[in-house]
Amino acid sequence: MEYIKKSPWVIHYDGSSCNGCDIEVLAALTPGFDAERFGVINTGNPKHADIFLVTGSVNEQNAPVIKQIYDQMLEPKVVAACGICACSGGIFSECYNVNGGVDSIIPVDVYVPGCAVRPESIIDAVVKATEVLEKKQKELKCSKQ
Amino acid sequence: MAKSSVIPFGPQHPVLPEPLHLDLVVEDEKVIKAIPQIGFVHRGLEKLVDIKDYNQFVYVVERVCGICAFGHSMGYSETIEKLLDVEVPKRAEYLRVIWHELSRIHSHILWLGLVADAFGYESLFMHCWRLRERILDIFERTCGGRVIFSVCVPGGITRDMDKNTLSDIDAVLDGIKGEYTQLCKTFLNDTSVKSRTIGVATITKSQAEAMSMVGPFGRASGLDYDVRSLKFGAYADLTDFAPVIDDQGDCYARMKVRCAEVFQSIDIIKELISKIPDGDINVPVKSNTKRDKEVSHVIEQPRGECYYYTRGSGTKFLSRFRLRTPTSQNLAGMITSLEGCDLADVNMIILTIDPCISCTER
Repeated sequence: MEYIKKSPWVIHYDGSSCNGCDIEVLAALTPGFDAERFGVINTGNPKHADIFLVTGSVNEQNAPVIKQIYDQMLEPKVVAACGICACSGGIFSECYNVNGGVDSIIPVDVYVPGCAVRPESIIDAVVKATEVLEKKQKELKCSKQ
Repeated sequence: MAKSSVIPFGPQHPVLPEPLHLDLVVEDEKVIKAIPQIGFVHRGLEKLVDIKDYNQFVYVVERVCGICAFGHSMGYSETIEKLLDVEVPKRAEYLRVIWHELSRIHSHILWLGLVADAFGYESLFMHCWRLRERILDIFERTCGGRVIFSVCVPGGITRDMDKNTLSDIDAVLDGIKGEYTQLCKTFLNDTSVKSRTIGVATITKSQAEAMSMVGPFGRASGLDYDVRSLKFGAYADLTDFAPVIDDQGDCYARMKVRCAEVFQSIDIIKELISKIPDGDINVPVKSNTKRDKEVSHVIEQPRGECYYYTRGSGTKFLSRFRLRTPTSQNLAGMITSLEGCDLADVNMIILTIDPCISCTER
């Protein structure tokens, strides 16, 4: 990928993470790492977002919330599971109230490892997610024609 | 009399990085009642003591909360040391407190940034988070991690700091102090900030006592309670320590207390760096726990008093581990302060108690 055609806006939801990944997601957008200079903006509205950054694992209580945010996002959309808890449950996978990674309820396109995930990895994930986004956009156009 | 209606707040809300759901019962623009609903972050990690022994469990406790991660590992390790009657080397105690106070600085600056974002001061938010990165650089240099350190274990710590590192921390803190003073001026003297915070969501001292509020939230209402005054560990060697107290009890007072606590932490770290003794940094901890021996311990987290309880089982596994976090103490205060406030102030009031939902629900 040589350049990005649009600024990828992200929406962030904390599943049942320990805050560690959440503050790193914010740290990736604020000065120091500053992904905002590339147009990566954190939005609170699912309808404005292209990339869904989920941190933390899934349990009975938050599964409907994650599902609802995903459903409200418009096509094309990409999901990035940030941190080991979102990928597989991580250290908490043996807990009684953890159902597993985010991919147990919604399709995940990019997996980001780390406990806590590092801001560099999040920026890398957003870049990868943008590639997937463009691919999905092309497919969407083809299917409409 | 206006008709009352319910506005849902959260769990996904731009101002809160964490999921907390509130049903706000409003009449016109006034909130008359707030009904909290929690449980989005509950993982049930206290139950993990069944499958992880006390040396492994410290890495789970550390992940109770990513912001006060070091505090939790320190509190848990001190509890286990009490349970097994282990004496920790002096140098380890000093380094623990240095890391813990650095975490407090990072937590308070993070909070100041978030509260600036809540009242719509975006550039101040960015400045706070820029300053915070320099504390995280210290963490990265000394532990390798930015959020989860994994250096504090029962019996001491796993990584030492050499003389150069300590003097560099001292220099970095001097640099931060200057910039932070500028930031505090904006927070405490700016007219628009003052008009959003003064007199908003006031909690009186008697209310604070009745609801047993802890931490900066309680101290802003005039409660003279700080666990650091009990002088556990290296806090005993400080020449003087007095909690920062304010008597107004509004959002502005809470901001003022936290602003001042950062300076206090900087002074504590500088004093400990000048006094730090040489020696070992850990002792091996291998013995079995005593059956049915109960131990409890408190430490002062950035958000307030945190209580740890353990019970031995006769093996290396604990039969019970319990954690009571400052936010669960402060939730009652938050709900009380929300009653009668304007709808536009809700997000700021929620932030001023500095809620840590993942600590509370575990």
